[in-house]
Amino acid sequence: MADELMLEIVSPEKMVFSGKIEEVTIPGTEGEFGVLRGHEAFLSSVDIGELNFLKEGKKTYYAVNTGYAEVTANKVTILIETAERSDHIDKERALKAKDNAESRLGQMTKEDVEYEIMRGALARAIARISVAEKNIY
Amino acid sequence: MASLKDIKRKVTGVKKTKQITRAMNMVAASKFKSAQMKMENFRPYAGKFMDVLNSLALRVETMSHPLLAVRDPRRIRVICMTSDRGLCGGFNTNLIKATERFMKEKVKDGKEVALINVGRKGRDYFRKKANVLAQKVDVLSKFDMTLAVSIADEVIVPFVKEEYDELYLIYNQFRNVSVQKPTVVRLFPLPSIGQDADVDPDRFLDYAYEPSEEALLQKLLPMYVHVLVYRALLETSAGENGARMAAMDNATSNCEELISSLTLKMNKARQAAITAELMDIVGGTEALAKG
Repeated sequence: MADELMLEIVSPEKMVFSGKIEEVTIPGTEGEFGVLRGHEAFLSSVDIGELNFLKEGKKTYYAVNTGYAEVTANKVTILIETAERSDHIDKERALKAKDNAESRLGQMTKEDVEYEIMRGALARAIARISVAEKNIY
Repeated sequence: MASLKDIKRKVTGVKKTKQITRAMNMVAASKFKSAQMKMENFRPYAGKFMDVLNSLALRVETMSHPLLAVRDPRRIRVICMTSDRGLCGGFNTNLIKATERFMKEKVKDGKEVALINVGRKGRDYFRKKANVLAQKVDVLSKFDMTLAVSIADEVIVPFVKEEYDELYLIYNQFRNVSVQKPTVVRLFPLPSIGQDADVDPDRFLDYAYEPSEEALLQKLLPMYVHVLVYRALLETSAGENGARMAAMDNATSNCEELISSLTLKMNKARQAAITAELMDIVGGTEALAKG
């Protein structure tokens, strides 16, 4: 098919996904962006958030952690430290992590060393929860 | 000479030991296999990551990042990465010795040295012998990138805040199943990137960058630390199980040797007992015939 795009999601543990897709939406550092076939070549860092792609009319969701995405006209390579598919996420745990992070953050000031780390944990938990809710398998 | 019964008991004992060492050898072999697979799976990630990092580093004129800051190395931190479990030959002993030697040298130079332990064996050894800052134990049997991230984050923050000046990572470099080499690498300040790399500088020429090259590089550097730590963890885990495999293989063949020498002894003792009994009977009948 003409509008197909090769997508590779690579994490340190394994090749998370490799295959032809129609469209992918990536949580970039400067905002979310979508990629279709024929996109200009570019390199972007990826932040904590929600990644999804469209394959044969069906959307698959992943909660991802920091990494980067390399885009060429017909191929997207995403290197990511963690990527969890929506049906593999333990929502209860994510909710607990969110509560924990929120209460810890409440006791800290912005100058605390752990502030940034906890904020990251909170963002990850929120991304996981929102992805888990999109379970459409 | 030990009695027949004693030797018999010993043989059974050694046989049981042999069973255990053989089982441990097999367990280590299967763990080694999965550790090796983990290393294999990590390769594409590490390869692609280094590609991008190196070509970015070539394109950015001057890199300035807190993790690259070179200061007078007065305060030094050392990460010692051992295994959690023993019975793996000289794997931990060699590493601990190397760490101790390294720290002694630094102390002699008048530096302030603090230690971070990863793995139970290192913790147990250094508990009272060194200035231990932090430790992570019982983590190596099952780990993923999050462990590397948590180790890295714990050292990145204080380095950026200039609480110390240099960080070294000491771990067993994995050569092959029977060879692991204690290795010292400097993590912080990060050695310059891209100089010795074999990359095609044109590869990313036509790319648009988001954010800018510099900002992107800033973001990739902490990830680079994660990659380095994760690789060391993988090599430690593969090396540990490889070393245990070799050690248990040795132990099993030693058991076999012991069993065969003990069996020989046992047979001799049995023969001696039979001979003695025969002598008794013969002596008895002769005495009866005379009488």
